[in-house]
Amino acid sequence: MLKVSDLAVEFTVDKKTIRPISGISFEMQKGEVLGVVGETGSGKSLTAHAIMGLTSLVGGKISGQIVFEGKDLLSKSHKDMQSIRGAEISFIPQNPMTSLDPVYRVGDQIVEGLLKHLKITKWAAKKRAIELMEQLRIPNAERVFEQYPHQLSGGLKQRIVIAIGIGTEPKLIIADEPTTALDVTVQAQIIRLFKELTVANNVGLLLITHDLGVIAQICDKIAVMYAGNVVEHGDIKTVFSDPKHPYTRALLDCIPYIGMKKGSLKAIEGNVPTPSNFPKGCRYSSRCPYVIPQCKTEFPETIELACGTKVTCNKFDLNLPRH
Amino acid sequence: MSIDYQKTKKHKSPLKVLLKRLAQNKMGLAGVVVILILIFVAAFAHILEPYSYKLQDISNMSQPPSLTHLLGTDEFGRDLLSRIIRGARISFTVGVVSVAMSVLIGLVVGGLAGYFGGKVDLILTSFADLTWSMPSILIALLLVAIIGPGLESVVLAIGLSYWAQYARLIRGQILSLKTSVYIEATRSLGASDFVILVKHLIPNSISPVIVAATIGVGNAIVLEATLGFLGMGAQPPTPSWGAMMSSGTAYLFISPWVIVFPGIAMMITVLGFNLFGDALVDIMDVKNRESNL
Amino acid sequence: MSISKNYIEVKNLSVSFKVSGGLLLRTIGVVKAVNDVSFSIKKGEILGVVGESGCGKSTLARLMLRLIEANTGSVEVDGKNILELSKQKMKIQRDNMRMVFQDPYSVMDPRYTIFRSLSEPFEIRGIKHSREERHEIVNELLEMVGLSPEHGFSYPHELSGGQKQRADIARALALNPEFLILDEPTAALDVSVQAQIINLLESLREKLNLTYLFISHDLSLVSYFCDRVVVMYLGRIVEIISADNVGTQAHHPYTKALIDNVFTTTPGNIADIEILEGEVPSPFNLPSGCGFASRCPHVKPSCTELAPQLETTADGGQVACHFPLN
Repeated sequence: MLKVSDLAVEFTVDKKTIRPISGISFEMQKGEVLGVVGETGSGKSLTAHAIMGLTSLVGGKISGQIVFEGKDLLSKSHKDMQSIRGAEISFIPQNPMTSLDPVYRVGDQIVEGLLKHLKITKWAAKKRAIELMEQLRIPNAERVFEQYPHQLSGGLKQRIVIAIGIGTEPKLIIADEPTTALDVTVQAQIIRLFKELTVANNVGLLLITHDLGVIAQICDKIAVMYAGNVVEHGDIKTVFSDPKHPYTRALLDCIPYIGMKKGSLKAIEGNVPTPSNFPKGCRYSSRCPYVIPQCKTEFPETIELACGTKVTCNKFDLNLPRH
Repeated sequence: MSIDYQKTKKHKSPLKVLLKRLAQNKMGLAGVVVILILIFVAAFAHILEPYSYKLQDISNMSQPPSLTHLLGTDEFGRDLLSRIIRGARISFTVGVVSVAMSVLIGLVVGGLAGYFGGKVDLILTSFADLTWSMPSILIALLLVAIIGPGLESVVLAIGLSYWAQYARLIRGQILSLKTSVYIEATRSLGASDFVILVKHLIPNSISPVIVAATIGVGNAIVLEATLGFLGMGAQPPTPSWGAMMSSGTAYLFISPWVIVFPGIAMMITVLGFNLFGDALVDIMDVKNRESNL
Repeated sequence: MSISKNYIEVKNLSVSFKVSGGLLLRTIGVVKAVNDVSFSIKKGEILGVVGESGCGKSTLARLMLRLIEANTGSVEVDGKNILELSKQKMKIQRDNMRMVFQDPYSVMDPRYTIFRSLSEPFEIRGIKHSREERHEIVNELLEMVGLSPEHGFSYPHELSGGQKQRADIARALALNPEFLILDEPTAALDVSVQAQIINLLESLREKLNLTYLFISHDLSLVSYFCDRVVVMYLGRIVEIISADNVGTQAHHPYTKALIDNVFTTTPGNIADIEILEGEVPSPFNLPSGCGFASRCPHVKPSCTELAPQLETTADGGQVACHFPLN
């Protein structure tokens, strides 16, 4: 349903050209959940914005190919993209606190989106809005409909934002760190809602997050990003049980879990390089414990392994199972 | 434990960053040039003036600009250029000293009000609002009436009527900064209120005050001229631009240059301060300074 | 190192804030941010405090350092109640108790170089050094946290989040404190950097014989890093449990819910996870009874009548629940 190939975004700052993301390729099927995971500076949010066609607004130059339901999104005009955004692809931002307008009742904000993209009456839109709110397990939906954002808790606000996002029955939802601002118990509720939505409505979810735990519980596929590249992409169970890229492996190792033995937490030393000083070869080469001279000079090729995982690493044949 | 030491080339202090940005701002530079010229003229007025500013020459009164008197003479035959040069010293001194005074009062009042809050804030803010609600020219007139006309009273009058705006600015800044993490961190080290206020809060809230003060100097120069025009400022023969224009009105049709040239001098000066002030708004990024300083 | 006598003893600590609203700013409610909290920390121990937003964990840290004054209760350090110290004596006491903050991005004055920020603890206490001495001391601090002297010349905006957090830790260590309060020191950092900081804190504790109070919302991190864990909900302690027992012997239904709701990196299906419903209720004017009653899956009528008190359990922990699990 969504196929991204060799996507890159280029910015010119102070006469210098930087490419925060490049060579991004991944694909997802209808009704699937794809997790895009990466740390700060990995370019995961920028990737989402590029798919939404929002990077040109901030002066970015996009190259590559984004095919959504057989349509090449990069060849669409600004106006066409506007109708695709919202109607077919919807976006759920990170911070529910700032994505709702404080001066309108939350119900009206859901209705507004419905009226814009669906040809229905105001009355029908209100009915649909309350249905949506109930589907998202908002208690007392009719009362909440009349309330203003500041009267709602963080979890409820995020549900309203999701209601706005799914009201038009999009085929793809892109959610950028939708639970980062929430408490753990509320995060669990929202993540479960997302899973239910994708199953019930057969909608694709592109979930951008830094939290591998969230990815593990909800995604079917994963794309691991590092410094503007996808380094590993494949089925969630395969990647998590048998990570092929040293970065994926290291990332999994630095997450503590209940019952973990003291002293066994492994950090990745050093820092993520910034776009203006990406290394010439593999971008992980400056921190990789398995680095060979070739990594420093040549950009590794992406290889599809027998298990279905695509990995961008010279040492893809390393055996790195999780402990 | 290893960590990358990316050899950080040169560490740019906030001041250096500002200077670099100023160098790229053409309007701001023009303002700086005007201000520097003004300072130079004010500082060396006694050397630069071609004639003594008080030298009267009745035989040469109300002469139009000529080679001997580049900007002409006034009704007492005094050289206009020399008087404008001397006037620059007066205007500049009054502008800077009075604004420095208002900023100082504003810093103390606004700083205390913002930092301590509560009753202190309520009392100080009400007092500031009271001064603010009176037209500054009125306060100035009142003070001049009490102390008597003269340069000192002009400085005092302007200083005492303009401080409220700086107090407000500082108070607002401190209110938002005092809850920031680095202030709390400094408090947790055991720093006293005085140290926090003077070493952290005020330096970090000073940018908008500097901007306002720069533009304020321009305003103060205009107010000085206004008071001078009304005869309440520097007393003759001290050549204040305002007083010169005032005396020129009587001879407007005979010798218009007496009123035009001081006016132009003032206009350029005020424009210089405003250009510099506007440039500061941009380069200090006053609205959104979190992101880079 | 032996973990033996109680180094810090917090007894019945409470603070409440008035919330005012409306046109005339009348008091419309009272938030008991920290409500009758008692616990102790042994010398050399890492005590974790975990809870969701609004549980009072950050307020607790500030009460212990007297950045906020408590209404009632005491904080004894080495047998001395520091809440009764004079301003001057408290200033000296603070040399020994330092805090590391959550947000490394704004913890340093943006106008100060790291060197100047690290010099400040000495200046505040009026400790004079020659230029060379000061540089030597600051460089030693920088090295201790894995930074180089070069970083001393940097401004905060030139450092990464992890480097800034290291600098903040270095500043906290300036006057050789024995006790550090770590208020979510890794919450704003990436996981790989979080692991760097956690490992650094662990090695510093061993080297300098430090005692930590570690505050976090992340139960898996707390149970990994700490010796014992205090679980808070709505200003009260609901459970104190040894970190080793967190996975197997949680007694309070809330602790259990937190454990279940932390996602592991073992791929699974969210549908199989028992998820705690509802959200933390608004903290003002709470009804009597157990604060967790409104969300508790095991709630019984008596829970809403009487607030449960902390009671010692068979395995040496404490739990505040009328019907504890296990």
